[in-house]
Amino acid sequence: MKEPLIRIIKRQQPPLLNKILIRVIAIVLALVVDAVFIYGVTGLNPLAVYGVMFKGTFANAMRFSWALRDLVTLLAIGVALAPAFKMKFWNIGAEGQVLIGGLATAIVMVNCGNSLPTPILLIVMCIASVVAGGIWGLVPAIFKARFNTNETLFTLMMNYVAISLVSAATNIMRGQASSLGKLNMATKAGWFPKLWGQTYNINILVVAILAVVMFLYLKYTKHGYEIAVVGESENTARYAGINVTKVRIRTMIISGAICGLTGFLIVGGRDQTISTSTAGGNGFTAIIVAWLAKFNTAYMALIAFLLTFLSKGAAEIASTYALNDFASDIISGIILFFILGSEFFINYTLVFRKSRKEAAK
Amino acid sequence: MENAIELRGVTKTFGLITANKNVSMDIRRGEILALLGENGSGKTTLMNMLGGIYFPDRGEIFVKGKQVEITSPKDSYHLGIGMVHQHFKLVDVFTAAENIALGLEEKGRFNLNAVKAKARDICDRYGFDLNLDQKVYNMSVSQKQTLEIVKVLYRGADILILDEPTAVLTPQETDKLFAVIRNMRADDKSVVIITHKLKEVLEISDRVTILRKGEVIGTVNTKEATESSLTEMMVGEKVELNINRIPPVNPKKRIEVKHLTIVDEQNVRVLEDVSFDVMGGEIFGIAGISGNGQKELLEAIAGLQKCEPDSSIKYFAGEKADQEMNLLGMTPKAIRDMGIGMAFVPEDRLGMGLVGSMDMVDNMMLKTYDNGRGIVVDRSIPRRRAEMIRKKLGVVTPGLSTPVSRLSGGNVQKVLVGRELASNPTVLMTAYAVRGLDINTSYTIYNLLNDEKKKGVAVIYVGEELDVLLELCDRILVLCGGRVNGILDARKTTKEEVGLLMTNLQERRQA
Repeated sequence: MKEPLIRIIKRQQPPLLNKILIRVIAIVLALVVDAVFIYGVTGLNPLAVYGVMFKGTFANAMRFSWALRDLVTLLAIGVALAPAFKMKFWNIGAEGQVLIGGLATAIVMVNCGNSLPTPILLIVMCIASVVAGGIWGLVPAIFKARFNTNETLFTLMMNYVAISLVSAATNIMRGQASSLGKLNMATKAGWFPKLWGQTYNINILVVAILAVVMFLYLKYTKHGYEIAVVGESENTARYAGINVTKVRIRTMIISGAICGLTGFLIVGGRDQTISTSTAGGNGFTAIIVAWLAKFNTAYMALIAFLLTFLSKGAAEIASTYALNDFASDIISGIILFFILGSEFFINYTLVFRKSRKEAAK
Repeated sequence: MENAIELRGVTKTFGLITANKNVSMDIRRGEILALLGENGSGKTTLMNMLGGIYFPDRGEIFVKGKQVEITSPKDSYHLGIGMVHQHFKLVDVFTAAENIALGLEEKGRFNLNAVKAKARDICDRYGFDLNLDQKVYNMSVSQKQTLEIVKVLYRGADILILDEPTAVLTPQETDKLFAVIRNMRADDKSVVIITHKLKEVLEISDRVTILRKGEVIGTVNTKEATESSLTEMMVGEKVELNINRIPPVNPKKRIEVKHLTIVDEQNVRVLEDVSFDVMGGEIFGIAGISGNGQKELLEAIAGLQKCEPDSSIKYFAGEKADQEMNLLGMTPKAIRDMGIGMAFVPEDRLGMGLVGSMDMVDNMMLKTYDNGRGIVVDRSIPRRRAEMIRKKLGVVTPGLSTPVSRLSGGNVQKVLVGRELASNPTVLMTAYAVRGLDINTSYTIYNLLNDEKKKGVAVIYVGEELDVLLELCDRILVLCGGRVNGILDARKTTKEEVGLLMTNLQERRQA
């Protein structure tokens, strides 16, 4: 009898220890393969390179706070996508929802910056961003409910609308100047104050709260239950008496609103300006974050950390050794590849064909 | 007698599941062999290894005395094995003859007329009733099946494997099929029938091979077997095959459906002018070939279908059933909020009745999650309920937090039926409640339905096995082409009468 050499078999629920072990092995393997690549191509000492990579995030307090800042931006968008994705509503319009939230924030900053006291200004900025993002999420949901449009294409196209609006608005706002620069540079109106002496602490705090609240919302509330049922099967939802359209619209408003809020955090707390690159591709990277974490916001924090750590590390390697970006991207890419690959081995196991002698037994 | 096929020690595993374990059996020339076993006992997997769909992990297969390796359906054809699957593999827009010609490896110019002539010859020889110029999409299920059989005979098959051939047929069509099968036996062909219906095994086969949990339990001559001896071999223990039917208890009209018409998205009238009443304390059966409006009918009552304007669905509440309530155009939630206990076990268990990725506890609260105030769901009552159902119905599960999609079909159904019964309904609708279940579980379900009937619940039972419908129900409504083709007294009617009504639409009586 011919028997295939390797068969892939799905594992029953693997024990936790196994899962951890497989991931550790994956990272070790990745470092070994990376070492071969680093030494073979650049002739550098791999251990030294890993040290530099580590420094990208942990070199000093400032580096660490930059890493955290980027991490929470990614995490915030991931949190925003979680309810939509759990509902199997493929919102890939986070980039645009963030931008439009940021734009709303910037407009409030510029127009009300001198007339409102700081706390009220911040609240108005926040509300404006949430409303703008919410609308950007609402529109595709309404079209889906009304005309059964494809949400993936729709949300994607809404990104380009947002980009164009931002680019038009920045052109108007900068007037004769060559670039927009920081908004309200003189008064710093609408800039987030330092919290506990740190520039980005407000962003970190807000996102941490968001992540926890979203976790609880999805797991313990009636809304969260409805989202899970609608995501699994629309027919089951109707059978249970859930108003599918209402749940979809409500959830997309929430998703868009949190994206909008992220725009507020970026403009008010990080950049103090607006441009078409304000979202910086995070709206797309966050899709990976949300997926890998299987929409669990606690895992999202870990994944967001990993991605940030790798990109900071790659940049650090590139500048320290004057390597070109591609080389350092390959180094971090290999690590990511192995970590993602380990998921396969967590869910499946391989069975090799037994040797003839063994089979005869 | 020479063996057409011999299997020796055949084993097949899927992951950790062993579908067939060390199976050895023979198929003789010129015999009708029934392969009997419950759902999941590995009958189809075993035969798929002869059909070239699967390849065994271990074991040997001999065809006409020669050891062979069947790695594809093509190999199987070349060896003269023809398999007719449960789900037909035909091209809808082709005619019968074109479907037969499809995939032939004959040399020279393609000649459809030659194909037709040869096919006609086969039909005449065995007595098949088949119009070779008919398009497949115009065919009934039974005609499609006939075509499938002619197709494999055309390719020179002398060993035929039929997977659950009668599952979709009416009694009359079954008789016709059996006549053809006997003709094939007379022509020295071997026929294997995969089935779990005992009556048919006794009627048609020469020998029976019984599978249980992937292993061969034994092979017996049909002449020496009885229904109960076969059941015992199939299940592994003695099973009481009686349904205790009592007269309806204090019947009162609970549901009244009048002039119900439903037009689907393709503008097809799936139900037309359907009218009937269902009493509390009776089991009201609905018979019909699957896809004749059963699903839409139940969904309409449950508030899940859009009905045409002149339809009417009413519920009568109260001890005396004198409070009239309109159900037409209501959503399931609105019906719940009116205080009507309507339980519904839909045909699609994991696609409508349950959420596969959720555990038993979360599935318990599918219809009750929004009870109580506040925004947080309360899982304590559902958890107790899940625990109770698990104990009472003997649900086999690693734990309450295991996703229900990981449970076996029978256990999934127990969870669903358990939840619906736990809601203390006054109306209980079930669609194909025992489909895919083993005999023991099936009888558990019948008993549960009878218990509900005794409590005065109006039970609507949509079923496919006529024997069961006749034994279990009080009245039977026969649907044909979306119309009511008769409402019969289940105690007086016969299988033949129901079968006839399932296929032949009576002239509409003038109202």
